[in-house]
Amino acid sequence: MTDVITPTISGDGRDGHQVLVVEEHHGHEEHHGPTGVLKWLTSTDHKVIGMSYMITSLVLFYIAGIMALVMRLQLATPNASLVSYAQYNELFTMHGSLMLYLFAGPFAFGGLANYIVPLQVGAPDMAFPRLNALSYWLYLGGSLTMMMGFLVAGGAASFGWVAYAPLSNATNSPGAGGDIWIMALVLTGFSAIFTGVNLVATIFYLRAPGMTMFRMPIFTWNMLVTAILILIAFPILTSALVMLFCDRHFGTHIFSVQGGGSPNLWQNLFWFFGHPEVYILALPYFGIATEVISVFSRKPVFGYKSMVFATLSIAALSTGVWAHHMFTTGVVLLPFFSLLSLLIAVPTGIKFFNWIGTMWRGQIHLSAAMLFSIGFLFAFLMGGVTGVMLASPPIDFFTHDTYFVVAHFHQVLFGTAVFAGFAGLYYWYPKFFGRMLRENLGKWHFWLMFIGFWVTFMPQYVVGLLGMPRRVVTYPTYLGWESYNIISTVGAFVIAASFAVLLWNLWISWRDPVPSGDNPWDAHTLEWFTTSPPPHHNYSHLPAIRSERPTWDYHHPDHPAIGHGEGHDPDKEKVLVSS
Amino acid sequence: MRHEAFVLLGVAVFFGIVGAVYWFTSYEDGGTMMLVGTCALGLLPGGYYYYWHRKMGYRPEDRNDASIEDGAGEVETFPSSSIWPFVLGMGAFMLVLAFAFGIWFFFPAVGLMLTALVGVTAESRRGGHV
Repeated sequence: MTDVITPTISGDGRDGHQVLVVEEHHGHEEHHGPTGVLKWLTSTDHKVIGMSYMITSLVLFYIAGIMALVMRLQLATPNASLVSYAQYNELFTMHGSLMLYLFAGPFAFGGLANYIVPLQVGAPDMAFPRLNALSYWLYLGGSLTMMMGFLVAGGAASFGWVAYAPLSNATNSPGAGGDIWIMALVLTGFSAIFTGVNLVATIFYLRAPGMTMFRMPIFTWNMLVTAILILIAFPILTSALVMLFCDRHFGTHIFSVQGGGSPNLWQNLFWFFGHPEVYILALPYFGIATEVISVFSRKPVFGYKSMVFATLSIAALSTGVWAHHMFTTGVVLLPFFSLLSLLIAVPTGIKFFNWIGTMWRGQIHLSAAMLFSIGFLFAFLMGGVTGVMLASPPIDFFTHDTYFVVAHFHQVLFGTAVFAGFAGLYYWYPKFFGRMLRENLGKWHFWLMFIGFWVTFMPQYVVGLLGMPRRVVTYPTYLGWESYNIISTVGAFVIAASFAVLLWNLWISWRDPVPSGDNPWDAHTLEWFTTSPPPHHNYSHLPAIRSERPTWDYHHPDHPAIGHGEGHDPDKEKVLVSS
Repeated sequence: MRHEAFVLLGVAVFFGIVGAVYWFTSYEDGGTMMLVGTCALGLLPGGYYYYWHRKMGYRPEDRNDASIEDGAGEVETFPSSSIWPFVLGMGAFMLVLAFAFGIWFFFPAVGLMLTALVGVTAESRRGGHV
């Protein structure tokens, strides 16, 4: 079944040209690759696996979005009874679990990174293709396991996506739903760890000659940092889940007071995973926005190195702030965690400065992808500022477990994973399929989503400050929360309408394709040098890599800014490739 | 491989310092252990990369002036397709179902996983090496 393909860099240098010749040595006399479904089941091509990740995670995103709409309908009016208490608990648990564990992370590090990172560093594939395929099948198995919760007696898990002890123990949450949730996350946890290993190995070992670390695109840098964060955080989650399962079934008391254990230990373990997880979900999308803003401003990234160091700083600090989620437990070191949490604002501010600097005096083209990136800046700024507020213990004591926190983390995560995520989809769709998404429909998608986003979440800040707790199924009339909730629900349906536009866009662009060419955006980075969609093993030839914009350098040999990056060598800037 | 090593050694240094500060200000053992573990996670591979950097010097992908020709030779060997990751993945899927639904899932799950492990090994021996 396996054919061995060995891309070889050939050094013949004919006519001063540099070429990468892909020689394919097949394991059989004749190459008859599998076709149809078998091709999908057996593929170890990072592009097929990446696309599988993206499609699966988008399907789960829509399912989780429908859950959100049901919850918003339930909360739109006081004393509503659209769903039962138990169903509501299942809905918010599964909405959070699907969005965080199965959409936002896997869409970025399983989907986009899998597809784009090897292309951006000039690699023929991921370093461990079969491990990569295994990652996807574990992720799919985990996703199916998670959804099975709705089919078992007692329903799906209903203890929230954070599964706090002792609520998540066998006494308070009996039934198979909780076990299924735990096992689903064990599978997806292993999947994420394998993907992290693969990304680090690919970036460290399979870069093209000349593609130094400080010439890598910011997206690749961010994926490297994300992969390291995955390797720090996910093993702790997976081991904590195994402990929780043992508490539920094997009589251990790791998280129970009765047996000498500590419920707070669960919170420590969970949030040591959980806060880096926020940045595992955010950093890839920072990378996407950086690429898009640079390309559609017709400028290189402003402050490239400071952008890289800001990413490293954010990642490092994010792993030292886990207990700011636990301020109200009364057993954490408030000054330590508050200080480190506030410090994250500094590198994040550097990033904002650089994004604005990249746009400053650029030739800005407001494509759909650029609009989504600018929308991301506004959304994440609001989420970030309220995050700084919540890093202050007195404010956190007041707003903890209220809708203020719900609004904050939705603005952070929706702002990054959805706004910047769809910026990436509109930006790289021509690379994936060699055809364009409709720009006008993309702009409709953006504006509906942008308006719906603010209408949904701004009232939640206010109603949170008025005292509305999160995770309540309903509320009485006399508290004055109705108007904020009905506005929020209207906003949620506007967001839903925007995603209907996206589906229509995908459909119409598929049925009536508009060819894109290989590089429709005149983009900078290496993935746009090869054909769209890329061939098996990605490159038949590569350009000289003399800056962090090799494709742009190749297409603009006479531009004064060519080879502006580190190690610029004017004598070699026009050494190009044969075709 | 110098920058790669520095990234990971930076992880070790940062979490070593934070771990020490955290321990001496809180005396909380759970968080300290995780910080020390994270320090080790940076130190071990970072030290390994730095060791190899000292032995190997700069690779073509580490040099600003490298040309594509400098990377002449075999890049890597990649399998083009394999059914075994799917089989192994489905085996793992059934294995976790055994923990949730009962032991009867366990035996086909282990069967699938062992088959996949044998299959992928035999595949490599036939020439499809990774």
